[in-house]
Amino acid sequence: MVQKLLILDGGISGGERASRTEKTGIFVSSQKDSQQKEKKATMPFGNTHNQLKMKYTSEQEYPDLSKHNNHMAKILTPAMYERLRDKQTPSGFTLDDIIQTGVDNPGHPFIMTVGCVAGDEESYEVFKELLDPIIQDRHGGYKPTDKHKTDLNPENLKGGDDLDPNYVLSSRVRTGRSVRGFCLPPHCSRGERRAVEKLSIDALSSLQGDLKGKYFALKNMTEEEQQQLIDDHFLFDKPVSPLLLASGMARDWPDARGIWHNDKKTFLVWVNEEDHLRVISMQKGGNMREVFNRFCTGLTKIEALFKQKGHEFMWNQHLGYVLTCPSNLGTGLRGGVHVKLPNLSKHDKFGEILKRLRLQKRGTGGVDTAAVGGVFDISNADRLGFSEVELVQMVVDGVKLLVEMEKRLEKGQSINDLMPAQK
Amino acid sequence: MTSSFTRMLSSRSRVAVLASLGAGTLVTGYLLSDTGRAVFSERRKMFPPSADFPDVRKHNNCMASALTPAIYARLRDKVTPNNWTLDQCIQTGVDNPGHPFIRTVGMVAGDEESYEVFSELFYPVIKDRHNGYDPRTMTHPTDLDASKITSGMFDENYVLSSRVRTGRSIRGLSLPPACSRSERREVERVVVQALSDLKGDLTGHYYSLGEMTEEEQQRLIDEHFLFDKPVSPLLTAAGMARDWPDARGIWHNNEKTFLIWINEEDHTRIISMEKGGNMKRVFERFCCGLKEVERLIMERGWEFMWNEHLVYILTCPSNLGTGLRAGVHVRLPLLSKDPHFRKILESLRLQKRGTGGVDTASVGDVFDISNNDRLGKSEVELV
Repeated sequence: MVQKLLILDGGISGGERASRTEKTGIFVSSQKDSQQKEKKATMPFGNTHNQLKMKYTSEQEYPDLSKHNNHMAKILTPAMYERLRDKQTPSGFTLDDIIQTGVDNPGHPFIMTVGCVAGDEESYEVFKELLDPIIQDRHGGYKPTDKHKTDLNPENLKGGDDLDPNYVLSSRVRTGRSVRGFCLPPHCSRGERRAVEKLSIDALSSLQGDLKGKYFALKNMTEEEQQQLIDDHFLFDKPVSPLLLASGMARDWPDARGIWHNDKKTFLVWVNEEDHLRVISMQKGGNMREVFNRFCTGLTKIEALFKQKGHEFMWNQHLGYVLTCPSNLGTGLRGGVHVKLPNLSKHDKFGEILKRLRLQKRGTGGVDTAAVGGVFDISNADRLGFSEVELVQMVVDGVKLLVEMEKRLEKGQSINDLMPAQK
Repeated sequence: MTSSFTRMLSSRSRVAVLASLGAGTLVTGYLLSDTGRAVFSERRKMFPPSADFPDVRKHNNCMASALTPAIYARLRDKVTPNNWTLDQCIQTGVDNPGHPFIRTVGMVAGDEESYEVFSELFYPVIKDRHNGYDPRTMTHPTDLDASKITSGMFDENYVLSSRVRTGRSIRGLSLPPACSRSERREVERVVVQALSDLKGDLTGHYYSLGEMTEEEQQRLIDEHFLFDKPVSPLLTAAGMARDWPDARGIWHNNEKTFLIWINEEDHTRIISMEKGGNMKRVFERFCCGLKEVERLIMERGWEFMWNEHLVYILTCPSNLGTGLRAGVHVRLPLLSKDPHFRKILESLRLQKRGTGGVDTASVGDVFDISNNDRLGKSEVELV
């Protein structure tokens, strides 16, 4: 009631009240108010007035998730909401910010989305009561006490240079990295985003040899540059998916977003898209070993360059590399190939084979696209709980087997003896 | 967990160290207040306003024209009593550069106090949008006396339907870009409760968006009453579509001539309409209904957001003042082809739209003709 009275007073005489900035009376000049101001960060998006929501009960604030089908809706309970709703990370990210995308996007009856994002590294700590079970659910039972192995030594990969190029059309490995000390895309201010861009440009411009390349800022590129990047399938555009938009990561587009690639067009970095950095190594043909080699070398070099400037990537022993979406934790790695499997894909055991090999299929347009001409995008299904080398090894071994099966089916032979065990 | 803190402490980023020491949360046992304050002022020093100033060089909206680095620097760190910031007001204008021909406003208010706390930016925008109206010095007349309307009957061979709409906000609750779920639900509760006491030809029924049946939904679509989740990036970037369809709904009277949208772009949008050309009666019902609703909410201790200069406070500055758009669907096959059509409308202070509303084409030479202005003239004057 008291607050309402204050506002009433301001409202009715609002026009007469001196409205020059420093003298706005009851609104900003009191000591208490400036203390309150300091406690909360000036977050540009989302529910900054978290403490004010406390005057309503947890029940009154609890989102209606009755028609929702995502990991967040499965795990969140009114009791959990009550325990977590008055918390915030040091940069001011709150529970409502974490779950907003899951509240706004009920999901799909068949596709299980995650339904939450992190706003900074500390989100995973402050809100672990919610995020740990989601991580466990999403990453095959990964426990809060589990430790994740990082292995970016390409020497540990066996084989991978002999995938049949008649079937394997291209090979690609991608991951993401976040720069410690800066908020993640859903939460970062323009200043932070620009700082991340600058750091990335500085680091990438120091790369030498076959990694030497050039940065194209999204807002500055010429028509020709843009067309070239589209033709090379390098260009990323402003997200349209409501899953991404609802989390706030498309704010201020295209400010501080860009694409860097080496002159040979085999190593590509996206800056400030869904994560601070997305790092991609790719080439035509089936030499996954070379792709992975370049991937590891490039990543390690970039990390070293960041460290030289006093910055490091967000990483911890439990979650591995920390990224915006909990589904990308751990390695954040998706390694895969475009491979021709017209016969095998029609086999009734195709799905089962992929499952046992811990692989997944997508169309050649990426997630949610159809395969064209029997060409599939085959990649690792896991992200967390296996090292980078282990995941790429699974892809290499698995694809080799799939190609062998394809060749058998071409000749009209059986593949029953080739059926793999569950990995 | 220990190792992540160790790594944080060993990093040279002071912010991360302070973050690991914690602050700003009540219950988790992090150190409170002092170190927390240090983190935030650290961040502010690391990122002065110039680092956060949006790049609006290619933008064409009222906000981008009015915003300067100096204004931004003075306003960036301010908050309204509801903790709404300047960045949140302007986010929609930053994300939507606008169109070379269509000049959007580019900013929204999160609460009533936004217009006050950020007046240094809002007032030039209001002036720009509302033909030089200066909120600092000018006052706006409110006139909801329908009896003053003269010649409010149109030839029904030409005028197919008449409609008057406006918006109202409930004082004390944040506006759609900023409101929490509780606040939005409170708006719904307050308004629905008041509407349930309307009598006579205003007696009606509420349909909650999340709970309506398939049949109800189809009927509301057929009657052109239903509103859907906004898809325009102008609206979604402002945050008003959060938690859809929670606490959103449509109320209309049994005669289907008085309609209220709850928690769409504003707390309430109030619409009076009917087929034919009796604009006077439409406006009568509009004024009567509005006054009744206001009386009913005041009985319960609530009131509308209003002040002498900006008058009825709504989310978008373009709707300040009366928030009123009164118009007809009228057949003008010959006049619309006349080369003077646009000039005629301009001098009459009217605008045309297609029959689908803003940015639609007219179908069968039927145009939606309505008033241009919102602020500076009373409701009676506009109608």
